[in-house]
Amino acid sequence: MAGPSTRLRAIKLYKELHRLGRDYPDEHYNFQGKLRRLFEKNRALTDSEEIEKAFKLGEYIKNETLALYSLRKYRHLKRNYPANDSPS
Amino acid sequence: MHPSSARLLNILVPVKRAVDYAVKIRVNPQQTGIDLNVKHSMNPFDEIAVEEAVRIRERLSKGSEPVTITALTIGPAKSIETLRTALAMGADSAVHVEIPESAPAPEPLGVAKAIKAVIEKQKEKEGVDMVILGKQAIDDDLGQTGQMLASLLGWGQATFASKVELDLDAKNATVTREIDGGLEQVRVKFPMVITTDLRLNEPRYASLPNIMKAKKKPVTKLTPTDLGVSLEPQMEVIKVVEPPKRVGGSKVESVDELVEKLKTAGFTAV
Repeated sequence: MAGPSTRLRAIKLYKELHRLGRDYPDEHYNFQGKLRRLFEKNRALTDSEEIEKAFKLGEYIKNETLALYSLRKYRHLKRNYPANDSPS
Repeated sequence: MHPSSARLLNILVPVKRAVDYAVKIRVNPQQTGIDLNVKHSMNPFDEIAVEEAVRIRERLSKGSEPVTITALTIGPAKSIETLRTALAMGADSAVHVEIPESAPAPEPLGVAKAIKAVIEKQKEKEGVDMVILGKQAIDDDLGQTGQMLASLLGWGQATFASKVELDLDAKNATVTREIDGGLEQVRVKFPMVITTDLRLNEPRYASLPNIMKAKKKPVTKLTPTDLGVSLEPQMEVIKVVEPPKRVGGSKVESVDELVEKLKTAGFTAV
């Protein structure tokens, strides 16, 4: 691990993903376990390029999970509250 | 109070702690309502309302108009979580009208009266120019609070908004509404009540840093007695039952079999 600032960045990312994982819709998907394992796997990285790649992957997963949540919610709402496009 | 380009635009966003959208609704054993021992979260339409208020502020802060957004909720102690979400999404401060845990859920008229009382209290400071609410709550689907509030206040209303454009100099807003058969455009003067429809915007997810920041934002606690409002229900729910379970159909092998089944079911040839 290179430097205290990367360490802080990693902790920040971990906390964000951890918080996100709490709302995961599938109970049988071990979000926390996977998160832990992926972070532990990368803890010994020293090359700054590799570290950046790992951060990018973390950010990517964060955005994908956010997209999953908002799509799921939007689809549910759209189904239950359809747009009025025909006179009832 | 009318905003001019040098003064504040004050937006009030009432939000409701409602049953979460993903929960499978079940009728309670007493058949008087639904099982409330489930996950709750902010009503999705109210999330859209908070988002709209924040976007209005983002659009306007290109000029010099500071916009303040106040979130408001009426509910038990747990409703503070909903206020924290609103604060994390961008509201500046919040008001919590706390009711006892055992109290029945307030009815729209009671809620509207309470919101009106909060607005009158705010008049002593800078007043409220705009109230943005969700069009209905997903757990009761009543869709009455916004309209009742506008009526009690004597303000114009634009409900089921799918687009809101403000004109601060002209002191009005042009709102596109979703109605049966299409869209309608109305022009409303300040102060006004707007209720949000699904297609108004996509609410942001409150990120962890914002949730942390929200912990420092001020929350005012009030009670219905402070506001001089009674939230006693005026209606009694007599019975709630689930719709009849859907019976599966059966497949037939031939036309003759279909005719036989129709005959036994009591259908006769026309």
